[in-house]
Order: sequence, then C-alpha cells, then structure tokens
Amino acid sequence: MSTKTYDAGVKDYALTYWTPDYVPLDSDLLACFKVTAQANVPREEAAAAVAAESSTGTWTTVWSDLLTDLDYYKGRAYRIEDVPGDRESFYAFVAYPIDLFEEGSIVNVLTSLVGNVFGFKAVRALRLEDIRFPLHYVKTCGGPPNGIQVERDRLDKYGRPFLGATVKPKLGLSAKNYGRAVYEMLRGGLDFTKDDENVNSQPFMRWQNRFEFVSEAVRKAQEETGERKGHYLNVTAPTCEEMFKRAEFAKELGAPIIMHDFLTGGFTANTSLANWCRDNGMLLHIHRAMHAVIDRNPKHGIHFRVLAKCLRLSGGDHLHTGTVVGKLEGDRQSTLGFVDALRESFIPEDRARGLFFDQDWGGMPGVMAVASGGIHVWHIPALVAIFGDDSVLQFGGGTQGHPWGNAAGAAANRVATEACVKARNEGVEIEKNAREILTEAARHSPELASAMETWKEIKFEFDVVDKLDAA
Amino acid sequence: MSTASSMGDHATTGRYETFSYLPPLSRDEVMEQILYILDNGWNASLEHEHPSKAFEYYWPMWKMPFFGEQDPNVILTEIEACRRSYPDHHVRLVGYDTYAQTKGHAFLVYRAA
Repeated sequence: MSTKTYDAGVKDYALTYWTPDYVPLDSDLLACFKVTAQANVPREEAAAAVAAESSTGTWTTVWSDLLTDLDYYKGRAYRIEDVPGDRESFYAFVAYPIDLFEEGSIVNVLTSLVGNVFGFKAVRALRLEDIRFPLHYVKTCGGPPNGIQVERDRLDKYGRPFLGATVKPKLGLSAKNYGRAVYEMLRGGLDFTKDDENVNSQPFMRWQNRFEFVSEAVRKAQEETGERKGHYLNVTAPTCEEMFKRAEFAKELGAPIIMHDFLTGGFTANTSLANWCRDNGMLLHIHRAMHAVIDRNPKHGIHFRVLAKCLRLSGGDHLHTGTVVGKLEGDRQSTLGFVDALRESFIPEDRARGLFFDQDWGGMPGVMAVASGGIHVWHIPALVAIFGDDSVLQFGGGTQGHPWGNAAGAAANRVATEACVKARNEGVEIEKNAREILTEAARHSPELASAMETWKEIKFEFDVVDKLDAA
Repeated sequence: MSTASSMGDHATTGRYETFSYLPPLSRDEVMEQILYILDNGWNASLEHEHPSKAFEYYWPMWKMPFFGEQDPNVILTEIEACRRSYPDHHVRLVGYDTYAQTKGHAFLVYRAA
C-alpha cells in the first residue's frame, strides 16, 4: 500500500539525500567530492544537494516523483569527512545505484556526476576526487584494446621501460624531414616516436604524406637494428569518419600503434577508436591535452585519477601521467596512486596516495604509464625508480637536443635506462646512486657522456600547485 | 657549441633488446640477473637461435623452463651447456612471470659472432 502523498514546494535536500546510515552496496558506484559550500549552507545540506543534483533530484518536488521508486534510484550522500589542512572544504561521499548509468558508457557516468551539479549555486566550488567503479560496471566496458602484456609480447621487449620521443619542432616540419627525425631516433635506440598532439593534418604536412614517410622510417630502423619499432600516428581528427579513415590507412601501412587525444577528441570517439583497435590488433597511445584545465585546481574540477580511471574503461594502451621530475606538474605520491590505478588489477584504498576507495578491475588489461615532458638523461634513475618497467619514458628535447643529433641522443637515453635497470636488478638504490651509475655507463658511451654534459645544470624545481591534502 | 670536428657519429648496429646497449655482461653480472629473476618468483628459461633468424618471435627453447629451480649455479651451468651445443647461436635468458602471463625479464647472455 502506498503511503506517500504529493506535497508541492521546495524541501531541504538533506531530508531525502543525506543518509548517514546507508551501507553502500558492492554494485554501487561511489564518488568522493571535495565540496566548498556557500556560507550558511550546512555540510549535510550541501552534500545532499550534490547527491541530488547528480542523480534524481531537481530544485522542487514534482508530482511525477511519485510514479517511481525514487528510493531505489536516488544518489545518497552517506559520509562527510574533514579535508586535512583545510577548514573551508569537506569531502562528501556519494553512492549511486548502478542502474542510473548506461552500461559501458563513461560519457553517461560523467554527464551525471560532473554535469549540472558543478554549476550549482549552493556550492562555491566542487571537485570530483575519486570514483569507485563497481566490478559489475567495469565488466560492461571494453577497456584497453590490448594491454601491457599483449604490447610487450607483440613488440618482444621485456624487463625494462619502453623509450619514446615526441618529434620536435612540434609544428612546421615537412613530412619527409619529419620522417628523417623519426628514423634517426629509432635507429639510435628508441622504441617509439610520437606525433606531437598538435600535429593532425595541417597545410605544412598532411596526414597521409606524414603516415607514408614515417612508416618508411620505422621499417628501415627496424630492419637495421633488428628491434621492433613504432611511431604513434595521431589519428585525432575533426570528425569520427575522418579519424577512422586515418586509422585504416595506418593499418594498411602496417603501423603497430596509433594515437588519440581522449579529452579534446571526447570519450565517444575514444571508446569507438579503442574498439576498432581491439578488432584490428592496433596499439592505442592516449594523449591528455586539456587535462590541466580540468584537474589542476585543487578546489574545483576533476582530479586526474578520475580521468585516468575513465580512460582505462573507455580504452587506451598508453596514457600520459606526468613525470614527477620534469617540466610539468605532478606530486609523487599522488602520481604513484593513479599509475597503480592504471596498471594493477586491484588497488586498495590508500589516502597517502590520494586513493579514496578500493578499486577492483577484474581481468581488465592494464594501461602503460607514459612519463613525458622536459626529461633528459639525468632524470632517468628517478624515472626508472618511480615508474618501473611498465612505462614509456618519453624524451622530446632530451633526445633531439643532443649535440650530435637524434641518433646519439636516443642511444644516450637507451644506455642510461639499461644501466639503471641493470643496477636496480642488482639491488642498487638507483636514485641515491644516480651519478655513479650514469658516470660508469658513460665510460662505454660517448653519446651518454655528451648528453650528461649538455644537461647537467637543468632542473625543474617549482612547487607543485595541486598537492595531496594533508594537515 | 658543437662543430663538425668535435661532433661524434652514432653508427647503427644490430641490437638485441634489453641490455644490448651495454657492454657484454660478465659471469658475475649474469649471476646477479639470475638472482633477480629468482627473487621475483619467476621461472628461468633459456632460448637460442641463429643470428640470421634472431628477429623472429620464437627461438627454440633449451630443454624446458627450469620450473622451481632456486639454485642460480644450475642455471649458469645450463647457459654454458647451451652455448657448447649451439656455438653459432645467440643465447637468451628469460624469466617467465606466471602472474603477468608474460616474460618479466629477457636479455642476451651470449652473443654469437
């Protein structure tokens, strides 16, 4: 027997959406928001408002609420916590029933969780810190088209990080000169080269011309070194039709890997491309242009760990994660946290790494972490220690700025990396003994000696803007 | 400022993936890598192939992977035995990682002339 009656008007959100006694189900999608409420709005009311506006609620009661079982569909704010070292904001934990979201749709999840609610007047600022995707939902997503293990087996590279470089200058080279830069880096010892994200199909170098010359560079370097090589052909395009046309041509040329910008291109395009890659045995490198707009402000937006989890579900075999040590922003513990979220199959809650929930990926393949941006040979010991083997260390200027050119720069990167891996395997603390390891390796490599001399003074020691919350 | 006369030239040579940009490992250094494989709980294994076919994925296995073998000296001895039997082949040491379902480590321990 129904007992509810229709009572028009505006009610406090907390009456319906603040449920501190609720015990989340294994199948619930859980979210942690950092809420900065307007003055005079109680925490419970602000948390409930976030839960309501990101799920079933609107600002006033409507009669058709009574045509469904809203208690089944509503999001629930179930916990509030202080933010360490911050009296102004608090964490609100919200549980969403799984049926609120279309299966396999990161688009739908984000439209709900970071939709209208982010412009909501009752909160001054709002940041989505983390999402726990229930395994039930994970199993509806395609995930990485290949994953770390498949990539290693296909490329026949084991026991060390992969090495890559972005071709510079990033804009303005003709296709044939561009292919030259690629060839020189690959023959010198890199595994991959990369189109800069800005390179799509501009007047100075149309995509088709670039794909052909680059493929020739890859083929020749592979033949001469006896090692498998690849170049991330950027298929990011103005339309999905154009994107697939470029992907098909890359396949026709025998390219092992293509790339996409998942945020500017969008999750719909990304998920479709990932599905195509899975069907066509193509590796997929993912760039993250626009992420800092979304994730850098500590009070508002979406933390990168959420974007990283979303990418793993949408699909990609590599994802840029920052370097911790280079020219771009990145806190070490926080980076280690989302690198785990990309690569491991079960990641336990660990507040010291910014992980608010346990995350179980089941059998979903892992994503390689890509460390790229302002790194050079002196950073390699720290990079190997931080990122381990399942990563791509990507040097742009740190390869092509070598005084003898790209091939020597690539060889220097490779010698330094292998020396660090060898020392690490021998039980040496490589960050502490960085200078000794590199100096010893340079005795057999004039390429490395020259690189060490060139970049000995360069450091990037600015303070991090987005730090983990700590007292 | 580099000038042509002070600048070096990097020549392309055939490589064999991990550690092929370092000088050949000594016996003691190979021993360290065997210990690394065993300490990770991986199974050591040997593969060998003639240089003309080195690019191919599958190299013939030497015997079987040494499942459960914890004595690094046994593996060193097998490397020597493999070299003697196939003196004109490359020999590669592998660590099979059952958890990751792939190789955790792989590098050339003997490079044929």
